[in-house]
Amino acid sequence: MEPIKTFQGTMAPLAINDIDTDQIIPARFLKVTDKNGLGEACFSDWRYESDGSPKPDFVLNQPQYASAAILVGGHNFGCGSSREHAPWALMGAGFKAVISTYFADIFRNNSLKNGLLPIVVDEETYQQLLSLAEEEPDTAIIVNLEQEQIVLPDGRAVKFPIDGFSKYCLLNGVDQMGYLLELDDHINEYEEQNAGRVRTTQAGD
Amino acid sequence: MGQTLFEKVWNRHVVKPQTADSPAVLYIDLHLIHEVTSPQAFTVLRERGLPVRRPDRTLATMDHSTPTTPRNLDGIIPVLDVQASKQLDTLTRNCEDFGIPLYALGTEKQGIVHVIGPEQGLTQPGMTIVCGDSHTSTHGAFGALAFGIGTSEVSHVLATQCLLQSKPKTMAIRVDGTLSNGVTAKDIILAVIAKIGVGGGTGYVLEYMGSAIRALSMEGRMTICNMSIEGGARAGMVAPDDTTFEYIAGRPYAPRGQAWMDAVNDWRTLPTDDDAQFDAEVVLSADTLTPMITYGTNPGMGMPIDARVPDPDRASDVSERVALDKALTYMGLQPNQSLLGQPVNVVFLGSCTNSRISDLREAASLLRGHRVAEDVRMMVVPGSQQVKAQAEAEGLDQVFKEAGAEWREAGCSMCIAMNGDQLAPGEYAVSTSNRNFEGRQGKGGRTFLASPLTAVATAINGAITDPRQMLEREVIV
Repeated sequence: MEPIKTFQGTMAPLAINDIDTDQIIPARFLKVTDKNGLGEACFSDWRYESDGSPKPDFVLNQPQYASAAILVGGHNFGCGSSREHAPWALMGAGFKAVISTYFADIFRNNSLKNGLLPIVVDEETYQQLLSLAEEEPDTAIIVNLEQEQIVLPDGRAVKFPIDGFSKYCLLNGVDQMGYLLELDDHINEYEEQNAGRVRTTQAGD
Repeated sequence: MGQTLFEKVWNRHVVKPQTADSPAVLYIDLHLIHEVTSPQAFTVLRERGLPVRRPDRTLATMDHSTPTTPRNLDGIIPVLDVQASKQLDTLTRNCEDFGIPLYALGTEKQGIVHVIGPEQGLTQPGMTIVCGDSHTSTHGAFGALAFGIGTSEVSHVLATQCLLQSKPKTMAIRVDGTLSNGVTAKDIILAVIAKIGVGGGTGYVLEYMGSAIRALSMEGRMTICNMSIEGGARAGMVAPDDTTFEYIAGRPYAPRGQAWMDAVNDWRTLPTDDDAQFDAEVVLSADTLTPMITYGTNPGMGMPIDARVPDPDRASDVSERVALDKALTYMGLQPNQSLLGQPVNVVFLGSCTNSRISDLREAASLLRGHRVAEDVRMMVVPGSQQVKAQAEAEGLDQVFKEAGAEWREAGCSMCIAMNGDQLAPGEYAVSTSNRNFEGRQGKGGRTFLASPLTAVATAINGAITDPRQMLEREVIV
């Protein structure tokens, strides 16, 4: 995973609440065994007509948002299925961060493990960012993970919450598997103390 | 201060406690995997040269991308979709290479991942259970802590049998009273989600309690816990009791002899202590509950079946009005209309929410002696091969077939519509599954979520029907 440094990006507004992962990446695109090509299918049913032509009204098809790196979405973003294909698809479509007032738990976890930053802001900031994205699509904001803040064009900095462990991993580009593997002694000890658990290879009859 | 059921199960599995710098490391007792969310995780293991730490605490099945069409003359269920076929082959190879037991397509124990765990007695109280599927919350019905994870986390559990987790908050969902005839577990959970909203449980583990929950069978409790995620909660739990123990006893993986006695004694210590505190509480009365149905495009958009579709002009704020407008436009519904009498094209009875033997028995008891309306396609998809075999032994398949319904092979089928079973654009379905998101059951398809009884009543009349109307005229056995 690439370390996340401070970055600037323009925003695409998607002012819809409860955007579920079936919209972000419909299930018919999950018949893959790798992560390739999911960006093309991101928001497929909102983005394309049934003949495959782009729907001109959809935000990601509008030229002023073509290079947006930050998606601004309504509350409970990423609800529904646990498919990690959702953050893979958003990243494949060029996004580095999603801003919302809150995220669904599994989507947030999945995003953090892939370097897609889920940024939680208060309602007022959310509305302000939406207006900014709609009225001045070329205006970039700064995302500073180290400082845990976004910086608006008027210089106002807004803090966002992130747990220290995820932040460390994202800043240093390390994945969490390495940390778990180093706990081998702890895990061995736990297993010795709790040996008698169900085993799928040992049926009772 | 006492502990909640959740806290007891959590505390038993802490390998390394949460600190200011790192989340807790939680041990996972049972890891269920399937073809769709596991391949990229095995790729990570291969890239890093890692084995699966505990293949004996891992079980694989095929369910999501599998067809539910009939077997050929050789008894094989043909997989015609090239991509799905490759995905299934990949799972087979991964299980062979890493030594993981696999219930392959069409074999006698294969089925939906959340049906087979309980069915085999693998799901037991006090366990931690994860799967790359959000409906893993189903297993919480046994007093297990069970939740869905992403593919990165699947790789973590494969390699270390552990997960990094921040401790969630707890929410009590108390449902007291007695359900009326025709009102079921599915109606309870649809009412809960309508009340807390599709994001109301975010950050929480739910514990369902109260006399109405205690009175439910294990399969009813599974239906309820299954849809915890539709209220935003990763997990939902029910305290284990005699109903739980009776369900587990004698199943293939249940403890035997003295080990069984020890296990039950231990499981009896799990229920929430009287003086334990929850971070939030929601109360519902079972006495006044009616059959529920959804009208919109998320499971929180639900209402009593005889209510009227909400009016966006009466929404409490702008974002709610926008959401409701969008949902009604997609669904092709009018504000203030009744859904009773709304024609449907398809009725789907199945999914990890409602495809167990008691669901099929209940559906068949109402359908017996009737026919599915002429213009309606009714699909009945048992949750597992074992459920299918049991239903056939009881002659339930004949009831469905004689009524004109399709009797299919086991799998996720039209709940996720990535396996050939899907709605055509614009079609309406009453579905016993768990999600009514736009396109969930096929691009452009429009879903009303409801109970198996409502589904059958609707199938018979060809239009949305309150099952209580039919139950008044019949004696259900």
